[in-house]
Amino acid sequence: MAGRGATCLALCLALAGAPGTTALRAAEIGDAERGAEIFGECSGCHEIGPEAENAIGPKLNGVFGRRAAAVDGFAYSKSLTRAGRDGLIWTLKTLDAYVANPRTFASGTRMSYPGLKDETDRADLLAFLRDYSDRPRDIPEAEPTARRSLPELPPDILALKGDPAYGEYLAGECQTCHRADGGDAGIPSITRWPEEDFVLAMHAYKQKLRPHPVMQMMAGRLAEEEIAALAAYFATLTE
Amino acid sequence: MTMQRRQFLGTMAAAGAVLGAPAVFGQAKPRVVVIGGGAGGATCARYIARDSEGAIDVILVEPSEVYYTCFFSNLYLGGFRDFESLGHRYDKLASDHGITLARDMAAGVDRDAGTVTLAGGEMLFYDRLVIAPGIDFADGSVPGWDLSKAEIMPHAYKAGPQTQLLKAQVEAMPEGGTFCMIAPPNPYRCPPGPYERISMVAHLLTQANPSAKILLVDPKEKYSKQGLFEEGWQRHYSGMITRIGPDFGGDKVEVRPEAMEVVIDGEVERVDVCNVIPGQRAGAIAEAAGVTDDTGWVPVNPHSMASRADPKVFVLGDASAQGDMPKSGFAANSQAKVAAMVIRAELSGSKAFPAKYSNTCWSLIATDDGVKVGASYEATDEKIASVDSFISQTGEDAALRKATYEESLGWYAGITADIFG
Repeated sequence: MAGRGATCLALCLALAGAPGTTALRAAEIGDAERGAEIFGECSGCHEIGPEAENAIGPKLNGVFGRRAAAVDGFAYSKSLTRAGRDGLIWTLKTLDAYVANPRTFASGTRMSYPGLKDETDRADLLAFLRDYSDRPRDIPEAEPTARRSLPELPPDILALKGDPAYGEYLAGECQTCHRADGGDAGIPSITRWPEEDFVLAMHAYKQKLRPHPVMQMMAGRLAEEEIAALAAYFATLTE
Repeated sequence: MTMQRRQFLGTMAAAGAVLGAPAVFGQAKPRVVVIGGGAGGATCARYIARDSEGAIDVILVEPSEVYYTCFFSNLYLGGFRDFESLGHRYDKLASDHGITLARDMAAGVDRDAGTVTLAGGEMLFYDRLVIAPGIDFADGSVPGWDLSKAEIMPHAYKAGPQTQLLKAQVEAMPEGGTFCMIAPPNPYRCPPGPYERISMVAHLLTQANPSAKILLVDPKEKYSKQGLFEEGWQRHYSGMITRIGPDFGGDKVEVRPEAMEVVIDGEVERVDVCNVIPGQRAGAIAEAAGVTDDTGWVPVNPHSMASRADPKVFVLGDASAQGDMPKSGFAANSQAKVAAMVIRAELSGSKAFPAKYSNTCWSLIATDDGVKVGASYEATDEKIASVDSFISQTGEDAALRKATYEESLGWYAGITADIFG
């Protein structure tokens, strides 16, 4: 009896909370009109809207809530295909991280876009893209929630200078799978990345923005200095 | 527990005091002798030699010229790899890192004198000794079986001619015949290994001899990745595999090799192939060195992989009793890097760092149906303790399973390059 009471209580709370919460969240993303202007930077490759087709990049209708690399008929990079298989879903959080720095988020993506660095610009762009996906204010259970959770790293973490000797020791753990010679069959190469890209990628795993259970586990227990040490070591690896 | 930590730190400090000595007095370089050229020993030798850049002499004692990895040998049984692809030479360890190869068996260790005696009679002095001999089989584990019967009922649990023999036997099975495996009790090398092997034999038989049966006799109630294997067997090899656990006498088994009979809790079964994987203990040289305990394994300091009995003797991989890590090639490789870091710190004054360990075991169930399990670990004073883990899920889609298999191929290329250069 006590169990049933508790279930009912939880359910009632969820129902009561849902509509208000989602409407609030949807309003939070950004300025969609301004986002439409920013989309000018993307429209050379991507189409969006009722007539949209795949072009140099895939069409972006319905991107929210979709598994990565899932538009039929588009030839994705190996790396985005892999991310999709590993379970990457495009949510506000993951799209934000991708648009901020595509190559850091999915090394090997064919999207030759350097990234939209300004947080407000990204929010506005995503608010515009969001209009072409199922909207939470219309469909309460639709992905995504518009929860703001940016994968940003404070400057002091990015500025950490890693100890290459520590990095050399820690790297032993990476090199059981990732080959020092840069071979990438089955498992991607991690040698000679720019340090900042390496640090951002590892923190993206640590925050579970990038999918993959092994990497989430490995990055999850690395401290900030340890990630910096690895970045310093792999950036200079010449083997 | 605090005592042990203090002992460890004390060892490090004492080593630091000795460090300067060779340079100051112009004595010979410090020397590390490594017994065993597998995932633990060869990795440790390579990392010490590579990272010390000639400051430490490293001698690798290993009788074989070519090492065949036990990991992935099941894929050879299933027809997914050829035998040669499992073989790796030691040449690069010598040419790239200056490691001295002693092609011989280690016959004895005198820890008081700090020497290893080889079967050929040569004696090697060491400053630090690494013992990584893998497993040997426990006497009397399966009544009726001992090593002299391995030509009839192969163990195939050390890769090499035994693996080839088992495959030839499976291929020669009569139509509708029975393949039997006696699975080992805990603890043993490669926890998912016997069950991946069942999968690979089933794969082979499904193609060549589809009416054949597989009988898995198992003394354990549960085993690694059980849900994943059972789901896969149901999907790919329905009706072929019968497992007899301890509730039906799987723990009361004896074999009669000459008659090709298996007696399970008094019931006699005639079989066509019998793969006996007996109970295990540390490779014999560990016992000869006097570092094993009465379980047959070697207790080690989780912070360093040094033997609890002797801080100058490091024991890696399957032979060690360290806590939560499975006995796997991945684990041995991981432990080797911690030991190499500690040994370099003790002998050449390089920086010491906290121990970190990890493991992932991939298994292949059928074509493009790969699964994995893994964990990361840290050292406590008591044991190597698991801090985080993951496992493949039942019901995963085919694309993910294929990606997992492809990832395992990448891992094999990665770890063998990491071990052998």
